[in-house]
Amino acid sequence: MAIEFKPSPSLPPPVRSVGAVAWVRQNLLSSPLNVFLTLFSVYILYLIIPPVVEWGIINASFDGESKADCTGSGACWSFIGVYFDQFMYGLYPSEETWRINLALIILVILIGVFAVKTVNKLYLSLVIILAYPIVAYFLFAGGVFGLEVVETSLWGGLFLTTLLGVVGIVTSFPLGVLLALGRQSNMPIAKSVCIVFIETIRAVPLITILFMASVMIPLFLPEGMNFNKLLRVLIGITLFSSAYMAEVIRGGLQAIPKGQYEAADASGLSYWQSMILVILPQALKLVIPGIVNTFIGLFKDTTLVYIVGMFDLLGRIQAATHDSNWLGTTMEGYAFAGFIYWAACFGMSRYSMRIERKLETGHKRN
Amino acid sequence: MTNTNMARAQLEKGEEAIIEFNDVNKWYGDFHVLKNINFSIKKGERIVVCGPSGSGKSTMIRCINRLEEHQKGTILVDGVEMNNNLKNIEAIRRDVGMVFQHFNLFPHLTILENLTLAPIWVRKIPKKQAEEMAMHYLERVKIANQALKYPGQLSGGQQQRVAIARGLCMQPRIMLFDEPTSALDPEMIKEVLDVMVQLAEEGMTMVCVTHEMGFAKTVADRVVFMDAGEIVEANEPHAFFDNPQHDRTQMFLSQILNH
Repeated sequence: MAIEFKPSPSLPPPVRSVGAVAWVRQNLLSSPLNVFLTLFSVYILYLIIPPVVEWGIINASFDGESKADCTGSGACWSFIGVYFDQFMYGLYPSEETWRINLALIILVILIGVFAVKTVNKLYLSLVIILAYPIVAYFLFAGGVFGLEVVETSLWGGLFLTTLLGVVGIVTSFPLGVLLALGRQSNMPIAKSVCIVFIETIRAVPLITILFMASVMIPLFLPEGMNFNKLLRVLIGITLFSSAYMAEVIRGGLQAIPKGQYEAADASGLSYWQSMILVILPQALKLVIPGIVNTFIGLFKDTTLVYIVGMFDLLGRIQAATHDSNWLGTTMEGYAFAGFIYWAACFGMSRYSMRIERKLETGHKRN
Repeated sequence: MTNTNMARAQLEKGEEAIIEFNDVNKWYGDFHVLKNINFSIKKGERIVVCGPSGSGKSTMIRCINRLEEHQKGTILVDGVEMNNNLKNIEAIRRDVGMVFQHFNLFPHLTILENLTLAPIWVRKIPKKQAEEMAMHYLERVKIANQALKYPGQLSGGQQQRVAIARGLCMQPRIMLFDEPTSALDPEMIKEVLDVMVQLAEEGMTMVCVTHEMGFAKTVADRVVFMDAGEIVEANEPHAFFDNPQHDRTQMFLSQILNH
């Protein structure tokens, strides 16, 4: 008779390898060098944190109408309070700023609806991508339903920053996908057009593109045929970041094994079907970190519109620090700007990590 | 009898050829990978293609659904010539299922979605109906309980059976197998071969590149031996194994059978 084979039972791990104490031992104090680095880091934190807290909170002043009212030795946060509306909305008329808030609320609600399970996600995406921008545009610009017209030259502050960032991201992404596919394609003309576009745009600094958009293009256009500066700048930013996006996505396309293309072809899927259903979902998932990297870069690059006379968040803050009532508040202004940019970029980064984890379930590559 | 005569002889018998190679030549750059391939496959025939690596056998069957392009000669599949006409190629691919050495399942889709993808998007079958059909084929390959898992969670043998079911979901007239068991652990080869034998018994037209000589002996109608881009010999399995005509065939068989 044959002997029956019984696998040995799995045992729990040794006690000392789990828990907080074990974590500290393993990660902070595992070797003499590690102990030194831990102590050194604690010392650096000790040097930085107390003065910052003292300046920013303990000795700071929170109310007042001018720099003279800030009596403490620390930060003068009343500067941010007084200028807050301008930092948020630029020179947008203050009785009309509800329109910007309303557009933001609508967007938040629409995105919130995504969490509802019974909603058709495709239709909702179409509403957000196609209908929402039109509604938002008319809310911002006015001129319909008795809304007062607000010139785009008055748009500014965080509103302008967000607008440039969001529109840039939303439009440069699909453009980047198309450019990446074009560069990979077998059609020689499409391929060369994409290569020339990508390589040209990447070789030019963004500032140059913005100057071209705001100063040069009007010179070339015939008299009377001019279009909005904000629109020109938006197109410049979009084209610029789409070239970078395309190269990131191309990296993802190249990482997909040839067998996936062949299996899709052999199933009878057309080119676009196989790209949209098989290749891109895998390729884009692979390059989420690179895509978000480009998004974050784009968001911060929008500060460069200051150069062509548009006052985004940073532009507004810089202008405000020149107010004779508030001279000497540069530190507070930049700290505020830094915090806003950091919060936005950190948010994007965390969100991308969440997406990555969500898409990871059961997706082990074979 | 030369290959050309053989193909012609079959046609003269009035049997319906579903795949026809006429003087097919193919080069990879300067490398002549297929040389004057003349061969025809009848409806319902089970063909096993074998030969040493680099002999062009994979290339030959990949020409049938134009994953590879040939440069000279004609290939007719179901009476349609494989050329640059994209409409023809897509039409033929709808009717020709393919199973790859490395399975090539879509890792971002569940097993069920892998099976319903092409029926829904290419055949335009309603989703519910496609899913019912997919479950039917998954049951046939004895893997229905894994329908909602992802390919990465399955063993190699299971993945390959899913790949076969995926091919069958398009209800093809021809199934191509490109070394379907070469990437599998020995314990898993049998479960895949069982499915293939079952399929063969149901009368599916099959072209199979494989080194599983047991499979060739049991189910093949004809065994094709290729070397250096040419068809050296093609014969029914009994004659092929017991009485090979070419010394190259004899050498190959002695190497793979006597170890």
